[in-house]
Amino acid sequence: MTISACPACSAAPLAQEIAARSTGAGDIVLSLPSIHCAGCIGTVERALMAVDGVTEARVNLSRKRVTIAATGIAPEQFVETLEGVGYEAHILDAPMMASVETDNEGRKLMLRIAVAGFAMMNVMLFSVAVWSGAAEATQKMFHWLSALIAVPALAFSAQVFFRNAWQSLRVGALNMDVPISLAIILAAGLSVYETSIGGESVYFDAALSLTFFLLVGRYLDHRTRIAARSAAQELSALASPNAVLLVDGVQRTVPVTTLNVGDLIRVHVGMRVPVDGAVTHGGSDMDRSFLTGESLPVHVTLGDQIAAGEVNLTGPLTLRVTAVGEDTTLARMAALVETAEGARNKYTALADRAAQIYAPAVHLLAFVTFIGWLTLSHDVAFALNIAISVLIITCPCALGLAVPAVMTTATGRLFRRGLLIKNGTALERLSQIDTVVFDKTGTLTEGHARIDTAAMDETTLALLAALARASHHPVSKAIAAALPNATSSAEITDVTEHAGQGIAVMWHGQPVKLGSGKWLGCATSPALKIGDAPAIPLHFSETLRVGAIEAVAALKSAGIPVHIFSGDTAEAVDALAAKLGPTSAHAHMLPADKMARIKQLSDDGAKVLMIGDGLNDTGALAQAYASISPASALDASRAASDIVLLSRSLAEIPDAIRTAQSARLRVLENFGIAAAYNLVAVPVAILGFASPLSAAIAMSASSITVLVNALRVK
Amino acid sequence: MNVLIILIPVSLVLAGLGLAAFLWTLKSKQYDDLDGDAWRILVEDENVKDD
Repeated sequence: MTISACPACSAAPLAQEIAARSTGAGDIVLSLPSIHCAGCIGTVERALMAVDGVTEARVNLSRKRVTIAATGIAPEQFVETLEGVGYEAHILDAPMMASVETDNEGRKLMLRIAVAGFAMMNVMLFSVAVWSGAAEATQKMFHWLSALIAVPALAFSAQVFFRNAWQSLRVGALNMDVPISLAIILAAGLSVYETSIGGESVYFDAALSLTFFLLVGRYLDHRTRIAARSAAQELSALASPNAVLLVDGVQRTVPVTTLNVGDLIRVHVGMRVPVDGAVTHGGSDMDRSFLTGESLPVHVTLGDQIAAGEVNLTGPLTLRVTAVGEDTTLARMAALVETAEGARNKYTALADRAAQIYAPAVHLLAFVTFIGWLTLSHDVAFALNIAISVLIITCPCALGLAVPAVMTTATGRLFRRGLLIKNGTALERLSQIDTVVFDKTGTLTEGHARIDTAAMDETTLALLAALARASHHPVSKAIAAALPNATSSAEITDVTEHAGQGIAVMWHGQPVKLGSGKWLGCATSPALKIGDAPAIPLHFSETLRVGAIEAVAALKSAGIPVHIFSGDTAEAVDALAAKLGPTSAHAHMLPADKMARIKQLSDDGAKVLMIGDGLNDTGALAQAYASISPASALDASRAASDIVLLSRSLAEIPDAIRTAQSARLRVLENFGIAAAYNLVAVPVAILGFASPLSAAIAMSASSITVLVNALRVK
Repeated sequence: MNVLIILIPVSLVLAGLGLAAFLWTLKSKQYDDLDGDAWRILVEDENVKDD
């Protein structure tokens, strides 16, 4: 390497070389939702490089991912390594991600933009010379040079519009690309003709800048869509597609799709059950909150049926598979989504609505101009010339940028706050909502039940911890797991387990028991009894998700009514509603009830935002006008919602609604700017006063105004 | 005006060089992580070879 004046320059080729490495087939890709700065990049890369066998670790901050090149190391190990240095990591399916990563269409668009930009600048150079007075032979030569650059450049760059326009015309429809293509082709054609006869109306620069700005708009639009698609891909890549198959007592990890009815599978603690099955060995407590909204774990034992999507909390289980694929409870519930004919399918994006009016209007205007001038002057060439200049001037340059520029700004802003926009029209719909419905378990709450320890003194707590930790019973394990982490155990002796009843120990000479309510003379289970004192009932309570109170308060102060729809008991729902302040809370709701309630609200004219995570919410999520689900939600729920909340806090939601409203306002303003520009330019063009210079100025000015206005999204 | 015969090709070649440079940066994926690259200048380089 040659000696360079600044250290950054000598480092640059190295960085570039590293950046050029593509995601290879053997690479591991992890999603890192919490990284946000240089410190994170450094820590993550250093931690991963320190692992033996890692040859390369590269963080992509924009996508919040890390790609690791390593041989013979299981991805799970990296997740542990990263958790050790304080970063949450999720394994992504590398081949699945690779298909999104190589964004060929985007690269091709970029290439077309580059060519159009290059040609535009060069042609503009000649045009400026002509405008400032180059005449006769010089003018003619400059025009020919412009044609030489512009015609091939247009033929290459504007292909995107030609192809779309042709596709639309073939089915007898008019889209925005039709007037665009027509304007570009006619402008180029007219200019070549004028050049050959030595005329004045040469619009090569206008045709090129039109192509350039519209391609930029198209690229921004593409970026938003690819981000949405990549987000969707990332989410499905997150879902664990593997199961642990038991063959003759040997465990083997296989893809879920290869399982058959009758197979034996093993479900470890903390795993989500991949298929429906019956327990053949072991016993455990299952978290069913995703399926039913119940916050308390359910105990299962030999012979019990378990549905796909439940999470195994306390003990390893062996299941005999009873249903796979489409037949599982999970898939059947996910099918509810398809039956919900949501508002979103009927929603037409603002840009499309504008195009539906704009395209025919522009053609009509140009045609009327042509007929008008033809009857006035009886000169076909002259009338055609003016009609074409009308088409060039009215061409929706600003309109093509108006929506994509705003959407890119808004989506980027929301992504930085931890919200992934999955659906193209989601922001527009989000801006209009006037009612918010929350699911309870897993959405407003953390989803894991905790023991209510507020009323206990330190000794009781220490005893409870000691007993719960001493026992191997699943409920005790659940209690131990649900205690605050810092709880210390009391010193106990003579531990005896009473099967089916509980555990008894001695502490400072008096007996202490933890077990079923019946055994200890208490109305509810489980309970704790110290000496001769009356038994203390243990209540499970739920912790609120971070930002839940703030989010509900902010929504209410913005005048948006908040509802809670839950499948849990009235007691649990009311307790939560009390913490959040007055809301309308509904308990014991079945998935179909939630859907019906939302449909009813929509029929009454409300635009409902549904926020939920469980499978019992999927129907409601699809039915609602707009929907959000947290990243911890099940695959099916995330698929049914428009927006995924990556951050843990709910406090971002009112902000997101405000951003969406601000974005909608900017879009409307941009339409206004485009309209105002047309209002001035069109009469000038119709009257025949438009010159190539005025077209170039007007077009650039309106495009830049629209772009700058888009940046004002808050 | 004869100077144009030199200047025009020169301007075209220079602009063409710019285009080629841009296409190279595009091809070598230098726009894939713009946020990350902005932060990376602050990261301490540990494994840069001295040469």
